[in-house]
Parts: sequence; C-alpha cells; structure tokens
Amino acid sequence: MNYIGIDIGSTCAKLAVLDEEGRTVLQSVQPTGWSSVDVAKSIKEKLLSAGICIEKSRCVATGYGRISVPYAEKTVTEITCHARGAVWIHEMRDGAVIDIGGQDTKIIRLEDGRVKDFLMNDKCSAGTGRFLEVMAATMGLGPDEICELARQGGDTTISSMCTVFAESEVISLIGRGEKKENIAFAVVESIVDKVVSQSSRLHVEDEEVCLTGGLCECAYLKETLSKKLRCQVKADSNGRFAGAIGAALMGMKGR
Amino acid sequence: MEIIKELPEVFEEFAEQRKNSFLAVKKLKDQGVPVVGAYCTYFPQEIAMAAGAATVGLCSTSDETIPVAEKDLPKNLCPLIKSSYGFAKTDKCPFFYFSDVVVGETTCDGKKKMYEYMAEFKDVFIMELPNTQSEEALKLWKSEILRFKEYLEEKFQVEITDEKLKEAVKLQNAYRTSLKGLYEVMKHDPAPITGYDLFKVLYGSTFKFDKGAIPGEIDALVEKIKKEYAQGKMQEKKPRILLTGCPVGGATEKVIRAVEENGGIVVAFENCTGAKSIDRLVEEEAADLYDAIARRYLQIGCSVMTPDASRLELLGRLLEEYQADGVVEMTLQACHTYNVESLSIRRFVNGKKKIPYISVETDYSQQDIGQLNTRIAAFIEML
Repeated sequence: MNYIGIDIGSTCAKLAVLDEEGRTVLQSVQPTGWSSVDVAKSIKEKLLSAGICIEKSRCVATGYGRISVPYAEKTVTEITCHARGAVWIHEMRDGAVIDIGGQDTKIIRLEDGRVKDFLMNDKCSAGTGRFLEVMAATMGLGPDEICELARQGGDTTISSMCTVFAESEVISLIGRGEKKENIAFAVVESIVDKVVSQSSRLHVEDEEVCLTGGLCECAYLKETLSKKLRCQVKADSNGRFAGAIGAALMGMKGR
Repeated sequence: MEIIKELPEVFEEFAEQRKNSFLAVKKLKDQGVPVVGAYCTYFPQEIAMAAGAATVGLCSTSDETIPVAEKDLPKNLCPLIKSSYGFAKTDKCPFFYFSDVVVGETTCDGKKKMYEYMAEFKDVFIMELPNTQSEEALKLWKSEILRFKEYLEEKFQVEITDEKLKEAVKLQNAYRTSLKGLYEVMKHDPAPITGYDLFKVLYGSTFKFDKGAIPGEIDALVEKIKKEYAQGKMQEKKPRILLTGCPVGGATEKVIRAVEENGGIVVAFENCTGAKSIDRLVEEEAADLYDAIARRYLQIGCSVMTPDASRLELLGRLLEEYQADGVVEMTLQACHTYNVESLSIRRFVNGKKKIPYISVETDYSQQDIGQLNTRIAAFIEML
C-alpha cells in the first residue's frame, strides 16, 4: 500500500508518495496555475503513469486547494501537515516550523512532535513568497536569483510592508540608479524582518527552528533568518514537500 | 409554540425572528407603544420596560451599509460601528426607524464618537458608562440610570413607579433564567444540539417583543431537547469549543459555522449574544431597585472595562462547567479593546486553565471564509 500526500498551494502543487516503510516512492512539484481542479487532475495522471494505483493507496489532500482533490480520502489543513512533515524531515520533536508559502507564512510551535500553537499572516502578502516573487519580477529576476544577489548587497531598505507600495519603492530605487544587489538585499531583509516579527509573537528565538516551503533552498534567506532569530535555522531540499509528506503521513496514521 | 413541532422547525422560527419582528414593531407603534433602541448589553432594559416601552437591539451585522458609513467615518474603524451607523443614516433598519429614542453608552471610543454624528439625525440619549467597576463608578452609573428614568418619564409622559419597575425586573429575570436554562443543555457531552441552533434561539429571542411569552416557549423547547436527548438524539462527540470575544450575529456567524463545519461544536458563548448578557440576575427583593439594577449591569465583563476581572470570572466558570476543549476568540477588525485584551485572555486560557486558545480577527465581509476555515480547522486538528 502507498500513501499519497497532495499539497495544493497558491503557487505550486506538491506530491509525495510514501510506501509502507515510509520510504519516498515519488515526489513532484508543478505550478498550480489557474485551477486547482485541473492541477489535481494532472497529478492523478502523473500517479497513474508512475504505476501508482490511487484506489489501492490512501490519499490525503492539504493546502489551500485541498477541497479540489476529488480522489482524496480526506483533507487536513496545511498547518497540521507542515508540522508533521517537518517533524519527519528534521526528526525534531520540539521547536518551531516556519513555512514561507506562496500566499501565506505560517509559524508553528511544536511540542512533542505535535502542533502546540500557530500563527498565519492575515490578508497581507508581506513576508510571503508572493512578496519575493513580485519584487523579483519587477527587477527581471527569479526568486532564487534575487536571494543570492542579496548576499552581495547592503545599505538599502524598503520601508513599505505592503507589496503594492513596496513594488513602487523598488521601482523608484531602480530609477534612482541604486545597485541591483542593494535592492535585492532590501527585499530579502524586508521579508525576513516580517517573518521574525511574526515569529516573535509565538516567542520563537534561540531554539530549534526549521524552514519549510518553496523558499527553503534559498541559502541566503536561511542565513539571514538564522542571524535575526539567533538560532541555526535548519532547511532541507525536502522542505518544499513538507506539507505533502505530512499529508501522506496523516494517511498512514489513520490506517 | 406547540410542542409537536420538530426541533429544526423551532430553531428556524427563532432564526426568522428578527425579520418577523419588523412587522411586529410596526404593529406596536400603531398601538401607541413607544420603542427604545439600544446598542449595548449594558443598556438597562428594565427602565425602558417600566416606562411601557418596547426595547430592541440595533447593533448591525451586515456589511451592506458600510460604504455609506465610510463617507462620514474612518475606514479603519470597527465594522459593527460602521454598519450600525450606516443602517441608521440610510434608514434601512426598521427597528432604528421606529425607535423613539436610541440609547448609547460611553463604551468604546469608536461608538461614543459615532453617536455624536448619529445625534444629528436622531434622538440619542447617551449614558455615561464608567471604565471601571469600583464603588465610585457604581455611584456614577446609578445616577446615570436615574437620569435615564427621568428622561423617559418626561419624553413618554409616564411615571415609572416602583411597582412597574419591580414587574419589569421580574419579567427580565424570568427571561434570563429561561435562556440560561436553554444554553445549559450544552453542558451535556455529547451536546444535544449544535451551537449554531442554540445561537439562533439566543439571538432570535432578543427580537421578540412579547417578553412575557418567552420563558414559556423556551422552557418547552428545553423540555423537548431534554426528552429527545434521553431518547438518544444528540450530536456526535466532538471537540468542545467556547466562543468568546466581540458580538456575533449576521455576517460573523461565519465563525460559528467555521467551527462546526470543521469538526468542532460550540458549547458556550461568552459574548453579548450568550452568557455575558444573560448570566446574572437583578436582585428582585432589593430595597433600592435602581441600585440593584446598576450593580447588575456594571458587573458585566466587557473589554471596555479596566481591569476586566468579570470577564475572566465568567470565562473561567464557563470553561469548567462546559468542559471546553478549546477557546476560539473572535475579534472585529479595529476593535481596540477586544484586540488588546486578547493577550490577557490567551494568558488566562493557556496559562491558568491549560486549554488551547486561538484568536481570529475578522470583519463583516465574507472574503476571509477560506482563511477562517483553515485556521479554525487547524486549531481543531490540534486539540
């Protein structure tokens, strides 16, 4: 029997399939695009072509598009799944999970491997992947590129938390001839500051913290976050799949 | 209400109450009964009742009139205040239209400043509600209640005698006692009915003008619920949620639904629709009824008070009596007092009571239903 976890986020849809022993059978990521219904269909085809029979597996869906997966046996929120996935990936029991997603950022406090408390940003894209994406696009860069370029910059700040206002700030910085790396630095700094201020509401500091979500492979973002939280933030290339892995594990638990 | 009716039918009847009362209020006016409109749980109902007036709650619960309100009021203001002002200004609320006087209290800053503008087009009587619950505060509140009595006597050309007041006190106490008997059915685990059905009755009851008829109807309903419970008709066993915070009604019922559509059940309401306005009685045998009324109302625990010990007292009691597994606090956007107080509620619930707590901030729009569902579902999964 296989355990299928599907995490349909606002930007990307992630798939993770585990076998009875919890070994990874399949992982994939694709843009969510316009319709979470369509992306759920495309994931179904992917599973079929990999020879994974949905009927003989347990499938759990999570993420903001979780209700659009008709073949999922149940849905679980991304908070529970991310926590579970992070516990599995990092073998941690206590501490905090920071998930920087496409449209929201979640701070999850763990206690003995379970969600103890959590916080999500409201109605605002500051400190999310979307913020980074918009700023990167304004500068003609990709999200990973802007992160790495930021390492070489400094001495510039963006004061607006609002993505729309921040974008116009970036445009005026470009117009003023500010160096690209300095603007990139300011963008990453803005995201990290926002995430740190959110984390402080759950008193995350100086403890075991792991980063999940699409930005977990941006080394510079991870370093900056570590510095500001005064701890060694852990990240893993699997971090992007934390929600999907967590969903698969939820299916395994409910067996 | 005939006892043969099915429970869901009874609940729907109460849910429809607000709408049905639109006609009832017109009828009352035609009969020459004056109407006093109010915005707050601190409003001393008994005084208006003793003056022979019908009372009605005016707090608005829909975002329909917010754009109109924002012509006069700042955008970054609590939706309850904006919506209420908007309904008043546009004359879209029949209860407001038929109110001979509207009573406001100096509760939060937003409301008290809004009343200044409302007074430009309506008779508004402002009662100065103290910020604390001290003995000195009680003196002021009692004098405000007496001033309100004199105002009504003058306005409606009636005399509020001690007999009439005592009658009103008894009537209102009986009303509270019956509603308390109703919400207490939720002490059962599993609960007999959904929190949403309970809410519909609690909320609907505030729009019934025939106060004397309510205890009989509610008691019959309670009997029916108890009888069916004994026969095994009940809800599934689910995580038990206590809902606290800002007033719930209309647009914000989405929070109750978010709890109950995601695996939980609301077993207690520590807010203006629930226990907060019903829990305590006025001492009927008091030598000075005005003093007894002042004491009863001033003791209400609301975030406009500092400190707000009464709220914690009631909350603590409800958490135990209703064996709550989790607390959901709903605050309205830009409601400073409740938003600031949410930290002390979190500390009390997490720290002293060792119960999980989540606060959600919302407004009168329906745009955040997805976000609300995710947060509340995750909270329930966590329990």
